[in-house]
Amino acid sequence: MISSDTQIEDNLSQQNGLAIINSKAPFSSDYGKDALDVALIFGSFEQKVSLFFQGDGVYQLIADQDATLVSIKDYLKTFSAFEFYDIEDIYVCQQSLVNRQLDEAFHINDVQVLASVEFGKALNSHQHVLRF
Amino acid sequence: MAITLTFENTIIPTDKQGYLLDHLLWQKELALVMAENDEFELTEAHWEVIKFVRQFYLTYNTSPAIRALTKAMKAEFGEAKASSRYLYKLFPEGPAKQATKYAGLPKPARCI
Repeated sequence: MISSDTQIEDNLSQQNGLAIINSKAPFSSDYGKDALDVALIFGSFEQKVSLFFQGDGVYQLIADQDATLVSIKDYLKTFSAFEFYDIEDIYVCQQSLVNRQLDEAFHINDVQVLASVEFGKALNSHQHVLRF
Repeated sequence: MAITLTFENTIIPTDKQGYLLDHLLWQKELALVMAENDEFELTEAHWEVIKFVRQFYLTYNTSPAIRALTKAMKAEFGEAKASSRYLYKLFPEGPAKQATKYAGLPKPARCI
């Protein structure tokens, strides 16, 4: 679902924590797992953190993947525990999905799909940005 | 120094601090041996937390640190058992740290 402009404006005024950009596919490198570890550490210490998925990073949200087939610990399962770390703001770049012909079939709820401009705006509202 | 964990005449591989290297080798009786080695007594209240932590790991593929643990326990058991005070009473050396050990899980990376 695309959020309405007013919703986004509301969110913008509240946010100023850390943004983590995920731009790599899940199991071909350690980037995604490292990004998750940083997000959970911030969450554990009650620091506000938002997650952004763009480029091949959107593959981290796609359902029905099984990392055990390639003998890797499936860190994507941990995404379902975000509520216990107060990680609530999760944004995905719509254009990145379109370019890869991916449906919005995510393995976690409450993911906000944003068009490029809104995606950039949401990112800009954060004080610090880490890119993985 | 590493302590060798022997259970039913087999050596169970652990890390230096006594955490199992393979969580699939865990069973209740093994947890009892681990606790006995530490001179730590496990009550029903301890088991409740240990089982909960193990279930958390099996569901989410990660050992919960203290804050996530209390939040998750609140959803399951209600307010009274969801405070770090309650959990520290049970596990004085750190609930996440100790409960994950007897649950046969890796030590949480984000520790307290």
